[in-house]
Amino acid sequence: MSSEGAMPGARPGLAEAHKVIELGYGGNERFVMNMGPQHPSAHGVFRMILTLEGEIIVGVDPIIGYLHRCHEKLGEALTYVQYPTIASKTDYVAAMTSELTYVLAAERIGQVEVPRRAQYLRVLVAELQRVASHLLWLGTWCLDMGGALGGGATVFLYCFREREMVLDLFEALTGARLLYGFHQVGGTRYDLPEGWTGACRETVDHIDRRIDEYEALLEENAIFKVRTQGVGVISRELAMDVGVAGPLLRGSGIAFDLRRHDPYSSYEEFDFRVPVEAAGDCYARYRVRMQEFRESIRIVHQVLERLPAGPISSRPGVKSVGQVKIPKGETYSRVEGPRGEVGCYLVSDGGTKPYRMKWRGASFSNLAVIGHILPGHKVADAVAILGSVDPVFGEVDR
Amino acid sequence: MNAEQAIRLIQERFGVPATGESPNRLEPLHLLVSVPKERWVEFARFAREELGCRYFSHLTAVDWKAEGFELVCRVENLEAGIGLTVKARIGQDPAPSLTGIYRGADWMERECYDLFGIRFEGHPDLRRILLPQDWEGHPLRKDYAVDTPHPPYR
Amino acid sequence: MNDIVRAAVAAFVLLNAVILVVTYLTWVERKFAARLQSRIGPYRVGRPHGWLQPIADALKLMIKEDVVPSVADRPIYNLAPIVFLLPAFLIFATIPFAPGLGLADLNIGLLYFLAVSSLEIVGLFMGGWGSNNKYALLSAMRGVNQIISYEVPFILAALVPVLLAGSLRLSAIVEAQAGLWFIAYPVIGQLAFVAFTVATLASENRIPFDIVEAESELVAGFRVEYSGMKFALIQLAEYTHLFGVSCLGAILFLGGWLGPVLPGPVWFLLKAVLMFLLVIWVRWSFVRIRVDQILGISWKVLLPFTLILLMATGLWVALRGGGGVA
Repeated sequence: MSSEGAMPGARPGLAEAHKVIELGYGGNERFVMNMGPQHPSAHGVFRMILTLEGEIIVGVDPIIGYLHRCHEKLGEALTYVQYPTIASKTDYVAAMTSELTYVLAAERIGQVEVPRRAQYLRVLVAELQRVASHLLWLGTWCLDMGGALGGGATVFLYCFREREMVLDLFEALTGARLLYGFHQVGGTRYDLPEGWTGACRETVDHIDRRIDEYEALLEENAIFKVRTQGVGVISRELAMDVGVAGPLLRGSGIAFDLRRHDPYSSYEEFDFRVPVEAAGDCYARYRVRMQEFRESIRIVHQVLERLPAGPISSRPGVKSVGQVKIPKGETYSRVEGPRGEVGCYLVSDGGTKPYRMKWRGASFSNLAVIGHILPGHKVADAVAILGSVDPVFGEVDR
Repeated sequence: MNAEQAIRLIQERFGVPATGESPNRLEPLHLLVSVPKERWVEFARFAREELGCRYFSHLTAVDWKAEGFELVCRVENLEAGIGLTVKARIGQDPAPSLTGIYRGADWMERECYDLFGIRFEGHPDLRRILLPQDWEGHPLRKDYAVDTPHPPYR
Repeated sequence: MNDIVRAAVAAFVLLNAVILVVTYLTWVERKFAARLQSRIGPYRVGRPHGWLQPIADALKLMIKEDVVPSVADRPIYNLAPIVFLLPAFLIFATIPFAPGLGLADLNIGLLYFLAVSSLEIVGLFMGGWGSNNKYALLSAMRGVNQIISYEVPFILAALVPVLLAGSLRLSAIVEAQAGLWFIAYPVIGQLAFVAFTVATLASENRIPFDIVEAESELVAGFRVEYSGMKFALIQLAEYTHLFGVSCLGAILFLGGWLGPVLPGPVWFLLKAVLMFLLVIWVRWSFVRIRVDQILGISWKVLLPFTLILLMATGLWVALRGGGGVA
């Protein structure tokens, strides 16, 4: 750390974390351990400077920014036609929801109508994306706890097997497997290809059955339970104060889901439950996500049943990047992504590019909580807690 | 507490109107309030204690070039469904920190400092958060020279 | 003179046989784990089914650059893999693969085995300390903690067959099982086998007790700074040790070389591999336990359990008139 690291009046735990305390005998022996940015459980590039007393964490300094691309500046430099594809690179594990957030903001300021078929398609891909993202989370989280050379890897590979099937669906729909460019201002860019609905139904039903298997594998496993129950408790108070979102918020007993409480893209027309767990520990967050799998699959079925016919976009296909103009105004649009509230605060000055774009990454706010909950836990818990927070560093660092 | 009460209370206490966020979104979920910079912290405390907006969503800024910076902060009352976006014009001055009221303001203010160069007075640990500590300039300022080549960061 | 030459030749043959078997056990593990995870596993190097893979791995590790950290405590660092490997090979000295087929059938065979096998902790700690790496140090600390905690229940569980057979000589223990393998011995046998397996997992640092390696927290634990041949030696030592303990399990509970039709050594190998696969199966299905929970299991559950079991066995044997059941 450079000299700027030592600000006057820094938090007590942090100030100590920056100087190595000599090992001595008889007292509490502390030492500083650096985890990351290259570390098997860093979930990308994340660095934690842990101050340890033996195995117990007494101080933590999370350091982010290794993947920073200044998306907010990019947002100011790229037009409303160009940016949605770039938006998918913020949270690259849930590209569909990131794109949706941005186009929703632009549509809201410009009062652009979105055809009902496009709205339904957006719900469809968002829910499939949630399934894919949660599968990735489950796999990597178990990898964190069980090790790449153990039971964790088994769950990881199972989850990837199923995630591939969702990605195959996306590939048939958009031609891409990770970053889609599916949304555009005014609707969607692609319609469903021939035979896609049938394949989609089969896939989600298959995944539904597999989730039973995962639950049997994990929830009947005493070791998994002792590793997760009572570990990394986020209290209601802390959850609100830091502004964590999504499964973390609902795992702390707060029933808040934007799909229910601030519906967008005709979510109010679908029937689903908002799963809530009161405990606030890793296991509660796990339970919330496992139930969300099922709810997402229910929504996918409902969309496929009721998918209206009609156009998929209210705007003609774009021929140049400067073709979409949005009137003066500002708004905050938000979407319930797999990791929680993904928000986009957009200020338009009437041109083809936003004047200012703020990206509220769900992972950024969620990750901010770990500094508050890690102290007091063991080193092994640190990776379990980090995994249960499910940060995607593309979104944390933007 | 509902939105009408909140609007009335804000009008009584701070003498500023609370409006819908954008022309086509006047739902109570999205109230917009501008407060003077001096009352920034006071308003945040008021929002948390009296309006019940305990959920901290985000904090950022907008660079209005000659008119200086505008802070934007969003807090929410999840039970009542009130979302409150608070703004304050601060010009080029340092801003008061909200870290004493919302713990979530910690990283958000660090990010704001990092990208805009706004100093938050009273922040316990104001370091750069996304960029390297020895980075020069603050990229989200409108006068940040994007096209000037920067020395490659090691 | 002749005796010495003969012993040296026998040791040489045994050593190479063990290395070969262990090398191929890694291939067995990879294939087995792959099937558990709905994969294929090694396939390309040597058809069918990548049977040359272990050789290719060994060659690769041998020709890899050996990187030594500049801050490492060099003598300790360099010595550690050898100190780690030696006890793993030494334990094979006393294992009887068939009647008369073994290097030395000591009358205190089990005692020798347990004493030598726990020496590996010295090499482990040397590696962790000599690397001068915090992950390695933490891992070595955990390793010492864990192995000391689990040696005791491990030995207590291994003593149950000793009581039943009335001898510490490994071949005598096998012969005592001519009528009934000890795993089939009513109640006592099964309980002791479970305790022995759990203690094996723990003292071998296998998942769910592999906090020493713990690659998601400590990257690779005490071996994090090792590369090339030294890494290969550590890896070889781990598998050899595991195989050695699997052999012990086969001797103590599965009746060693006893079995119909097939010749004794084949039975023995089959049983040892079965034990090995059991450990591997557990490894690829569980997540890891935390260090405090591991110590808790040892001292609060396993130790009292094995102690009571041992006392009960002793009582039973005494009631039967002593001198084992054979």
